Amino acid sequence: MMDEDRTDEAEGGSGIVKKFMYVNRKAPYGTVYALEVLEMVLISAAFDQDVHLVFTDDGVFELKKGMETAGIGMKNFSNTYRALEGYDIEKLYVDQESLDERGLAEADLIVPVTVLSRAEMAKLMGEMDVILSA
Amino acid sequence: MSLLHTVAKSPFERDALSSCLDLSLPGAAILLYEDGVYGALKGGRFAERLAEAAKTRALYVLGPDLKARGLGEDRLIAGVTVVDYRGFVELAAKHQAVQAWC
Amino acid sequence: MAYQANGKTVETDEEGYLVNINEWSEEVAGEIAKAEQIAMSPEHWEVVNFLREYYSEYQIAPAIRVLTKAISKKLGAEKGSNKYLYELFPYGPAKQACKIAGLPKPTGCV
Repeated sequence: MMDEDRTDEAEGGSGIVKKFMYVNRKAPYGTVYALEVLEMVLISAAFDQDVHLVFTDDGVFELKKGMETAGIGMKNFSNTYRALEGYDIEKLYVDQESLDERGLAEADLIVPVTVLSRAEMAKLMGEMDVILSA
Repeated sequence: MSLLHTVAKSPFERDALSSCLDLSLPGAAILLYEDGVYGALKGGRFAERLAEAAKTRALYVLGPDLKARGLGEDRLIAGVTVVDYRGFVELAAKHQAVQAWC
Repeated sequence: MAYQANGKTVETDEEGYLVNINEWSEEVAGEIAKAEQIAMSPEHWEVVNFLREYYSEYQIAPAIRVLTKAISKKLGAEKGSNKYLYELFPYGPAKQACKIAGLPKPTGCV
């Protein structure tokens, strides 16, 4: 939960809405990057910006359905991606090429996404004001 | 006696698996764990090379890492054996030495 | 810090959040509430149970505006307001309701 005053400050701020893009390029459990980006996205959701989440390269593995992490003693944070809708973060993008070379399909993913070609992804990236990547 | 090679990194991000395949001899065992398990995905970019390696080397994947990543055995190429932590230890004990590709 | 409930000791971090969410029970919740000087009513339990359900579904404690929106949807608009939640938990739903529900410290809460 965010503190009230922080939320109010964000809402009463300058009112400028920028295009933000968070680029996920890492598999979920081998390193801490995927979880760190997710936490950053959740925190920044309070600032009412135009947020775009991209999953490309190994980042597409973050959205794989059916994770069971009890055996490796880590928290299964893939369910948290399903909470993003409640945070008004609904622009999620995956590129077809990343899925293809990993033997994955759109039906393998835990949340609805827009599947783009890499060329379309490049174009979208080019339209952003702020890009954060891990 | 032969070597046990272990690969813990995603082959899409690093060349650990690729080097392992180049530098392992026929008769060796190769165990994929942590993000290394992604190398064995059916239909994936490394499927063909790994299937070729499986003809002369014993391929293993660590089950708990597979499950954690939402991957069932049905998503793996043929010829790969899934082992648990105990199986990992037994493999290490059975081979002359372990080469860890990380 | 630690709480005693049912003859067992339950560890918390320095701010009073449970170290292990699996050690939560209604008795533990009652002890935390006592320490927070909150008399648990059915309305308090409703919010605490809602938070636990949310956590089990999504693995996070919700941001306050997400919580109010989700509560509105499920329990009605009059309950899904900051005013209602702050009347129940005067030091803030983040600080108190999550703590009583045994959830970890909410992401982004300072």
